[in-house]
Amino acid sequence: MAIRERLSGNEAVAYAIKQINPDVMPAFPITPSTEIPQYVATYIANGEIDTEFIHVESEHSAMSATLGACAAGARALTATSSCGMALMWEELYVAASDRLPIVLALVNRALTGPININADHSDSMGARDSGWIQIYAESNQEVYDNFLQAFPIAEHKDVQLPIMICQDGFITSHGVENILLVEDDLVKEFVGERNPEHYLLNPNEKMSVGPYAVSNYYMETKKAQREAMNNAKRVILEMAERFEKMTGRKYGFFEEYCMDDAEYAVVIIGSAAGTCKAAIDEIRQTTGKKVGLLKIRVFRPFPEEEIALALKDMKAIAILDRSEMFSATSGPLGAEVRAALYGVKSQAEVVNYFYGLGGRDITVDDFKVVYDKLEKIAETGEITDMYDYIGLRSR
Amino acid sequence: MISDRINEKSPWQDITEGNKIYEAATSREFCTGEWRTSTPVFDGMKCKQCLLCVPVCPDSSIPVKDQRRMAFDLDHCKGCGICAKVCPFGAITMREGK
Repeated sequence: MAIRERLSGNEAVAYAIKQINPDVMPAFPITPSTEIPQYVATYIANGEIDTEFIHVESEHSAMSATLGACAAGARALTATSSCGMALMWEELYVAASDRLPIVLALVNRALTGPININADHSDSMGARDSGWIQIYAESNQEVYDNFLQAFPIAEHKDVQLPIMICQDGFITSHGVENILLVEDDLVKEFVGERNPEHYLLNPNEKMSVGPYAVSNYYMETKKAQREAMNNAKRVILEMAERFEKMTGRKYGFFEEYCMDDAEYAVVIIGSAAGTCKAAIDEIRQTTGKKVGLLKIRVFRPFPEEEIALALKDMKAIAILDRSEMFSATSGPLGAEVRAALYGVKSQAEVVNYFYGLGGRDITVDDFKVVYDKLEKIAETGEITDMYDYIGLRSR
Repeated sequence: MISDRINEKSPWQDITEGNKIYEAATSREFCTGEWRTSTPVFDGMKCKQCLLCVPVCPDSSIPVKDQRRMAFDLDHCKGCGICAKVCPFGAITMREGK
């Protein structure tokens, strides 16, 4: 029987770490992810797990030590947020290109500046090209479930890539929700042990990691990395299937909410999907309008074809970005989803709105306005605000 | 030789995962001597075999046998000139070019 609990998102991730009992966790505190290493340190101090915790002097060192531990053969992970991740920048790319299956518990927070500690996706979206797998969560339950699947995906022999399990800072990380935990023995069986074929601490094999690659080798290395990311698509679905068999909870690249007969769709990542669902329920009950939601769970690898097929017959789509990329046009999700729709020759009208930057609230009423706009765009065929900010004060 | 298995003609499928190398001392196969723009010249008549040049060489390019230094390993010497600077007897001079 699953265990019923009430946990914050950070507690849920820390609990998953306790159940996995990884070998090494180097970490440096930063709001709002601080609690994760804090709880893990408590488990270690209480003798509940035998993970080696490394107190490092910065996030640059945290990720460096995680790389070293992983290359040595250990199951290694760390946690961070925002500028902490920015300080890991160099090592993020090294982890991916060295093909080290590290797990990063990322609690999404806006990047400075202006300095801000609240949720948006500018940290992980900035790292979208670093070669890490990225999986996002709407709720505490989802971040826990995603975390349990992280090591099996990353360590799969056809993948061997680092993975970040993302959740929205404060909204899920500090919000306490009811949650179903998986029994310890089932987690152990699901996650298994890491048995790397090659590792630095193997006394029977000499090995070097991360050698210099001149231009005669660099492109071949990148192509192999791309292929691993391609394989990750298959492996993510395989692990979701295994997870469903264990828990009954179903996961995929994205969740489709009321999309079967939908004409107007919102595309979104993370916790705001819950608010959007509430708006959909209300709109459908009161007006019967066919509104739906596509909530992205896996952003890297990007499930381009699958997203395009799910959206292609919509009359109008609003893609909602929780981070700017200052192209002066789309946000990152907007640009990629729109490009995907081009591939299936979709006739849907598409707009791209920014919301929730630096933790700005988004409400049920905000989503109702978005759906109203989509209806109007579909009726008139006219888009007056292709790019807009939701909840922005303006004269 | 690792270069028999992985070399500049290898297709991407044959490159090891993350370029990891599963043996030791493969740098011997990588001739950094090609980078050289000036070359040390050894004068055996002036050399007193003090061996000061040996430990300062960053590329281990001065082999020693029976407590005597041998000729430069020009496959790996990058021509930095530290040996010429450290020699008390002027037995090493730097010549322009390879």
